[in-house]
Amino acid sequence: MKNRLKVLRAERDWTQAQLAQELEVSRQTVNAIEKGKFDPSLPLAFKAARLFGLRIEEVFQDD
Amino acid sequence: MSTSNTDNAGWAERNTHNTKRLAVWTGAWLVTMAVAVYGPQLVWESNPTLTLLALAANLIVGTGMILANKTHLQGLDELQQRIQLDAMALALGVGLVVGLAYSTADITNLIQFDAEISHLVMLLGLTYLVGVLLGRRKYQ
Repeated sequence: MKNRLKVLRAERDWTQAQLAQELEVSRQTVNAIEKGKFDPSLPLAFKAARLFGLRIEEVFQDD
Repeated sequence: MSTSNTDNAGWAERNTHNTKRLAVWTGAWLVTMAVAVYGPQLVWESNPTLTLLALAANLIVGTGMILANKTHLQGLDELQQRIQLDAMALALGVGLVVGLAYSTADITNLIQFDAEISHLVMLLGLTYLVGVLLGRRKYQ
């Protein structure tokens, strides 16, 4: 699964640690999601989309 | 973004608290284990009542450690939980397979010494540790 987490984060000038804090996960988890090494659960994906004020498909896309 | 920072900082603090709590319970369990093992040998010289009390304390504190570990695992995020699950699956599998092979080697006198449960515990611990390190590396 691809995602635009890194781009969206950069647009807002947030660090991985800040995003992790908002999503209530570790920084390592944000890093793994951004690199496509780990696919988040639906609740976490929805939470990320909500945080950026976007629809889930605007943040996460199927490969 | 800063509106819910206090709540979110709570997640990391909760995790740190859970980890420290688990460390304290584990330390306490080790102490009660040492008392139960060495007490009869070095302190009260085979008094069965004291040995029974020491063993009961070990089981009670051990239960506390198990519950603290459960709380700790439930507090982790989903990737951390996956790493832990993979590591525990590896430790359980290796422990079962190698442990039974080790026991069979003892029963059939393939090895000249007794197969000790402590060897299995050490194997479990080391395999779990390797599993966690491999998991962390995999998702780096």
